[in-house]
Amino acid sequence: MKNVIPVLTVVLAILVIWYGSAVMLNKQWVLDQAARQDRVLTTPELIAETWAQDKPKLPAPHQVAVELWDTVAMKKPTSKRSLVYHAWVTMSATVLGFGLGTLLGFALAVGIVYNRVMDKSVMPWVIASQTIPILAIAPMIIVVLNAIGLSGLLPKAMISMYLSFFPVVVGMVKGLRSPDGMQLDQMRTWSATRAQEFWRLRLPASMPYLFASMKIAMAASLVGAIVGELPTGAVAGLGARLLAGSYYGQTIQIWSALLMAAALAAALVGLIGLIQRITLKRMGMA
Amino acid sequence: MMTEQAAAPAASAMPRPTVISAQGLNLVYETNDGPVQALKDVDLKIGKGDFVSFIGPSGCGKTTFLRVMADLETPTSGTVLVNGVTPEAARKARAYGYVFQAAGLYPWRSIGGNIRLPLEIMGYSKSEQAARVQRVLELVELAGFEKKYPWQLSGGMQQRASIARALAFDADILLMDEPFGALDEIVRDHLNEQLLALWARTEKTICFVTHSIPEAVYLSTKIVVMSPRPGRITDIIESPLPKERPLEIRDTPEFLEIAHRVREGLRAGHAYD
Repeated sequence: MKNVIPVLTVVLAILVIWYGSAVMLNKQWVLDQAARQDRVLTTPELIAETWAQDKPKLPAPHQVAVELWDTVAMKKPTSKRSLVYHAWVTMSATVLGFGLGTLLGFALAVGIVYNRVMDKSVMPWVIASQTIPILAIAPMIIVVLNAIGLSGLLPKAMISMYLSFFPVVVGMVKGLRSPDGMQLDQMRTWSATRAQEFWRLRLPASMPYLFASMKIAMAASLVGAIVGELPTGAVAGLGARLLAGSYYGQTIQIWSALLMAAALAAALVGLIGLIQRITLKRMGMA
Repeated sequence: MMTEQAAAPAASAMPRPTVISAQGLNLVYETNDGPVQALKDVDLKIGKGDFVSFIGPSGCGKTTFLRVMADLETPTSGTVLVNGVTPEAARKARAYGYVFQAAGLYPWRSIGGNIRLPLEIMGYSKSEQAARVQRVLELVELAGFEKKYPWQLSGGMQQRASIARALAFDADILLMDEPFGALDEIVRDHLNEQLLALWARTEKTICFVTHSIPEAVYLSTKIVVMSPRPGRITDIIESPLPKERPLEIRDTPEFLEIAHRVREGLRAGHAYD
């Protein structure tokens, strides 16, 4: 546990900067209020009020903590007012989109490595697809899929997939090509078939690349799911919470949803890290 | 261009069937700087049970020739026959095992798993695989290391494991491309001794690429001296040394005389500069 002290130091520094920034950003509103009411504030009073507003520009950490406690621990997870419920909605779209994106990315990578035509033609399209702003295309996907009768989870998952297949394609093309000329020659001296070469050499050699790109894909997938929730009329999910929060100036709600999203991302990426460790250990590579 | 020259006494007198023969072999690479003649008019016959070393400076085509025999390169003209058939047919018939410069063991497979790899590819049964892995591990003195992973072994042991892998499927021919090039002198001596013992036990035909004169002389029954630009054979030396070769043989006059001739051959090939 050597890294406890550095981690705590960083956390402490963040809290200090956060509280300090809250004072700076919220000060003007407090001063305006005080001037209107002809009150003269002492410095401690001023600071205390900047940390206790209903709709601060920047909520103080303890306000977000209280909001998180209220919406995570004090509500039933099935209640629409529970952040756990919204996180669950977002996570299911994230995980489904991530799964689809990983499969798509994997399939494209295999095609690119084994098929000359795909090798020459697919990559520019893959890269072009990522240069389109997701915020612009997400509502289109939702609308188009809605028009053909698809709504709810799948359209959001499609947006997640759109973002998450990219790192998997790039990583897996690199990974499947990682065996060197000597290893491929060696396979040839044994007259191995292409399938044998794939399953016994290319695929295992690509595993470290796969996990690295899956971690990026998972994070991208979460962003995709949240963006996908913005144009759905703010029904449910962390994206809906963010949107509703911004409509009503509920900055505390926005920040708690953001922290929840960050925690969700950390948990999902951590889960992949765990699977990576177990897999590579079983393969004798870690 | 070259004929079998003198110095071929008693040991190689009895006729042996030819395993590998090359005739008028040429190989030209097209590069951005124009064509490069990697092999020019190479003629060579290798008999069954021979231990042939190919020696020469880099660029002399020794590795290229080995790769042609293994069907990893296609000659521009001329013929090569391995066991009387084309290199491609020989490769598909699993006529040879190839040992590369680096051990090239898969880090995700144990030593046993690595040796099992060609056997899996070739479709041996599970029990047959296990029996063969045991046998070749004993042959290279690595018994008991089956479950270890490559990173747990020294460089010399890894290279022995890669030789075991090449031996596992009973190919009659062993093609070795500077297998001990990356190892230190002491380990190398030890592996050379072991390789000779293995050769004596298995009676395989071995083609061995090296750029060490003592290694070539110590190991071989036939030394093929090559020179670069264009890659060609400048001398073929039939070694008069006995099959039994303790390391001390390297201090005998006979040994030094062959080494001298190899050095002369190498120098002749460098006459242009």
